[in-house]
Amino acid sequence: MKRKSTFLLSTPYGLWMLGFTIIPLVMILYYGLTGRNGGFTLENIRLIATEENLKALWLSIRLSLLSTLLCLLVAYPLAMILRNTKFKNSRFMVMLFIMPMWMNSLLRIIAWQNILERRGVLNTLLELLHLPALNIINSPAAIVLGMVYDFLPFMVLPLYNTLVKIDENVINAAHDLGANNFYTFTKIIFPLSMPGVISGITMVFVPSLTTFVISDILGGSKVLLIGNIIEQQFQKLNNWHSGSGLSLVLMVFVLISMALVGKYDKGEGSAGVW
Amino acid sequence: MVNFRRFLHKFYLGLVILFLYAPILVLIVLSFNSSKSRSKWGGFTTKWYSSMFANDTIMLALKDTLLIAVLSALLATVLGTVAAIAINHMRKVPRTIMLGITNIPMLNAEIVTGISLMLLFLALDLNLGFITVLLSHIAFNVPYVILSVMPKLAQTNQSTYEAALDLGATPLKAFFLIVLPDIFPGVISGFLLAFTLSLDDFIITHFTRGATVNTLSTLIYSETRKGIKPEMYALSTLLFTGVLVLLILVNHLGKKSDNKNGKI
Repeated sequence: MKRKSTFLLSTPYGLWMLGFTIIPLVMILYYGLTGRNGGFTLENIRLIATEENLKALWLSIRLSLLSTLLCLLVAYPLAMILRNTKFKNSRFMVMLFIMPMWMNSLLRIIAWQNILERRGVLNTLLELLHLPALNIINSPAAIVLGMVYDFLPFMVLPLYNTLVKIDENVINAAHDLGANNFYTFTKIIFPLSMPGVISGITMVFVPSLTTFVISDILGGSKVLLIGNIIEQQFQKLNNWHSGSGLSLVLMVFVLISMALVGKYDKGEGSAGVW
Repeated sequence: MVNFRRFLHKFYLGLVILFLYAPILVLIVLSFNSSKSRSKWGGFTTKWYSSMFANDTIMLALKDTLLIAVLSALLATVLGTVAAIAINHMRKVPRTIMLGITNIPMLNAEIVTGISLMLLFLALDLNLGFITVLLSHIAFNVPYVILSVMPKLAQTNQSTYEAALDLGATPLKAFFLIVLPDIFPGVISGFLLAFTLSLDDFIITHFTRGATVNTLSTLIYSETRKGIKPEMYALSTLLFTGVLVLLILVNHLGKKSDNKNGKI
């Protein structure tokens, strides 16, 4: 009886996931591995090896690795401070770092255009201070900045969630046993925060690797990432087969990071706070 | 020394907050800029706040954005809560498989999810529009609802539900009177998370909307080349302040009731 009701309850979701997750992915596989005439071909996958596409993929990998590293470097001290400082209202402090997500993310990236422009907000301020101007708009540097900006909360949240869970007694024990701050951090705190680090890394790396919006707005269509190339295949060139083929290549990287999450993440770290 | 350290911590927090809020500040300033060009200050005005209500394109996009967000969050919450209960009762192997599949839309690249759904809809000969965007939003929202409800379900006591059944309640009645109140905080946070994600989504909507329907995000994207209408800055400033006030209120009320109950 109980088995039957579990089966009944899980049927709608099972069917939903089959229809809206698995079959759509099979469709990408199908289009990626067939040509316009319908026959099997590896031509679409091989497209990644053209000079332009390979350059875009390599640039995407480098920029997303860099922005993931920067996010980790900015977010870790932040999460540590949020954990250690006894604020009167720590929930509100954490809220403060999520709140920017309530302003439309496209508009916030567009606002960075305003800040970074040749005669933008930042350069006006720098001029007032008699400092040299900074010209990074429409360059990879601006794209990395946009990525770090957009995805930083995704790094802060899982890090904070794992760091607050670390028992203060464990840290005190390490101190009592003679470990200095450095040792306590490298031997106790950092290893215990690993699930948060891993889930933060994937939550920043995958969207940075695959974005086409940030590069479009802050790269001024001069800098092409692999996401831009795929988007153009679908929206401008209407070539579903080559677009799907390139998406398959992209999915290899996504799968690698999924495997990483599966290995480390035990259902903690992600989401939460809401 | 301790004081210096505390100062450094506060300074660092301040810097990150500045980094996160600088663009928002720029947008708020632009919403009061009477010049249509975004790189020139033409004096203070509130005219965009009144003219945005007369802008049909923006109002229609706002209506569709909110409608899609509310509907997709509601439907995803119902589907996700039922699914979470079912998964919670499963044996180990089917449970692992179900949770694995649930993870796919959360970990997959949004561009791939968007493209895959678009290919599905076109293969089914559906016209891309409101319905396809709604279905796509439900699809990427459901996993987040499940993720919010599962931990609450793990904390509930199965015996209370069984006791209700023994005392003659139908399973449905027992669910609404016993299980649902227990998991309700998880259900609500799942709904809010789904609503937020839907509201801000661009990439998946971009691929599944066709040419007939616009959300605020897709409207903004189509305007990036020719210049954003100042009304858009006004509208998002208004939305942002609205949420801010709401959050502060909830926070304030939450603290009050917590004090009353003597809990943290």
